[in-house]
Amino acid sequence: MATTTIHQRSRPASASATTPRKRRHSPYPYWFYLPAAAIYGVLFLIPTVLSFYFSLTRWSIFDSKFIGFDNYVTFFQEPALVSGLVHTLVYAVLTSGLKVVLGMLLAILLTSQIVARGYLRSVVFFPVLVSTIGVGLTFTVLMNPERGLINQALDTIGIAGPGWLTDPRYALLSVALVDVWKGVGLATLIYIAGIVSIPAEYLEAARVDGASPWHVFRRIILPLARPATVTVIILSLIGGLRSFDLIWAMTRGGPGFTSDVIASVIYKQYQAGFYGLSTAGNVVLFLVVTAIVLPLSRFLNRKEVEL
Amino acid sequence: MSTAEPPVTTRKPRPNYLLSLAAILISTVVFLIPFAFVLLTAFKDRQQASLLDFSWPHQFRFVQNFVEVVEARDYLLIIAYINSTILTVASVAIVVVLAAMVAYVLQRRAGRWTGLINFLVLSGLIIPPAVVPTIWVLQRLGLFRTMPGLILVEVAFGLSFCVLLFRAFIATIPRELDEAAIIDGAGPLRLFFRVIFPLLRSVIVTVIVVQSVAVFNDFVNPLYFLPGEENATVQLTLYNFYSQFNTQYNLLFTDILLVTIPPLIMFLFFNRQIVAGMTAGAVKG
Repeated sequence: MATTTIHQRSRPASASATTPRKRRHSPYPYWFYLPAAAIYGVLFLIPTVLSFYFSLTRWSIFDSKFIGFDNYVTFFQEPALVSGLVHTLVYAVLTSGLKVVLGMLLAILLTSQIVARGYLRSVVFFPVLVSTIGVGLTFTVLMNPERGLINQALDTIGIAGPGWLTDPRYALLSVALVDVWKGVGLATLIYIAGIVSIPAEYLEAARVDGASPWHVFRRIILPLARPATVTVIILSLIGGLRSFDLIWAMTRGGPGFTSDVIASVIYKQYQAGFYGLSTAGNVVLFLVVTAIVLPLSRFLNRKEVEL
Repeated sequence: MSTAEPPVTTRKPRPNYLLSLAAILISTVVFLIPFAFVLLTAFKDRQQASLLDFSWPHQFRFVQNFVEVVEARDYLLIIAYINSTILTVASVAIVVVLAAMVAYVLQRRAGRWTGLINFLVLSGLIIPPAVVPTIWVLQRLGLFRTMPGLILVEVAFGLSFCVLLFRAFIATIPRELDEAAIIDGAGPLRLFFRVIFPLLRSVIVTVIVVQSVAVFNDFVNPLYFLPGEENATVQLTLYNFYSQFNTQYNLLFTDILLVTIPPLIMFLFFNRQIVAGMTAGAVKG
């Protein structure tokens, strides 16, 4: 098979001398891929490929009937579903952008001369590990318009807080803020790793040359922490585009459809029994994610800094 | 390295106390108060908890709240904890072995499959899983609504990330080690499981910790692939608990507290491994 030919090429002398059975003995056999490939193939690759077919069908539990692009037509004609697509993009860009900016600032703060660094790092990072549902439910209570802690605190300084999750204008924004609260620790951590790996000589040289803190940031930290920025942007974009559990725990897409995203649309259509439409939503999400993430990561990785 | 160099040690900047104070204050308000709120509310009685304010409990009722939460709906929380434990332990154990095997061959042997496998690993990170077709496949296999089915799903979705972590680490193990073992007559299985696998210990700990936190906190996959009351996982019961008991905030927050404890323990013991695992891609990009 494939294994033998490659092996022959790499070690022709010994291969021709030994018996065929022995020739198959590479120390790194390809069958090590097999168990993982079986699970991954059956439960991830096959469903992904099938989704393209099933999204073109009217599909119930019992049978599926080919109907062409009707599901996609439905998807893009229903205002509630189209707005889900828009919300997904807004949510992903907003959370990703805030995580980049806040994560960068926090990382610079936490790598600078400051007391209680360990405490601060732990406090910022811990929400990453906490159950998303737990965070969502907690903030749903904290954001209660009348009795919630946030609005009570705002009241004491004379600001009338909005109905964070009940006002259609703010619902998606509020969930996005909670997402940032929960996820900024990871971005900070990645930035810290990136900033710590910058050779100290560069910063030292800049200091000798009398560079201002702004210049150190702009000319040294920002370009040299670029791999970290790329990682944070890509990770949080993928997470943001696919996010479901926080939104579902906090608003279930409401009020109305004002905080619905594609992932929650998929779940709602699945619950309602429209499997074909739900799968069409899945394909749309797949296309959106790849159409954004692939070119972006290629673009960001291409422009490496030269030093 | 940098601290050993003379220019840095001679010029030791004073900590900025004002900035430190501001950072500590703000981080406490933003990050700790929500946790303190959960903790305090879990101690309160029903009436005081319903006020939703940030106050000291009149009476400490944590034990009663705890018992009430555990007993709710015929000890469903206990069942959910058992289910979540089985799910986490089994899926993480499988994914560690399988991902290490893949990463090992992928890193050591450059051949015609390398490009394809790399592509598939990256796809697994990017592509959102196709939900209903996965259910269809599981149904065909008789694994829908079963714990083994959900375990395999978690393995399939977790493989990519774990392979990347393992591959980066295996690259640091010298090949001479393999060659010495081969000369000593070790076959592929023995070479991998007796020589290489034990050397992976530190990255295995990282993978176990990061992956078990992820699986334990997972809500979406159990929601789709293991529906039904009797085999709910912890995150599902927490969510359902909210819809049923959303007037008894003391119980709700006791439940949230109980669900938060396992990751907290992980964090206390394995802080460094978690950080290592999660920042793995940062420097290389």
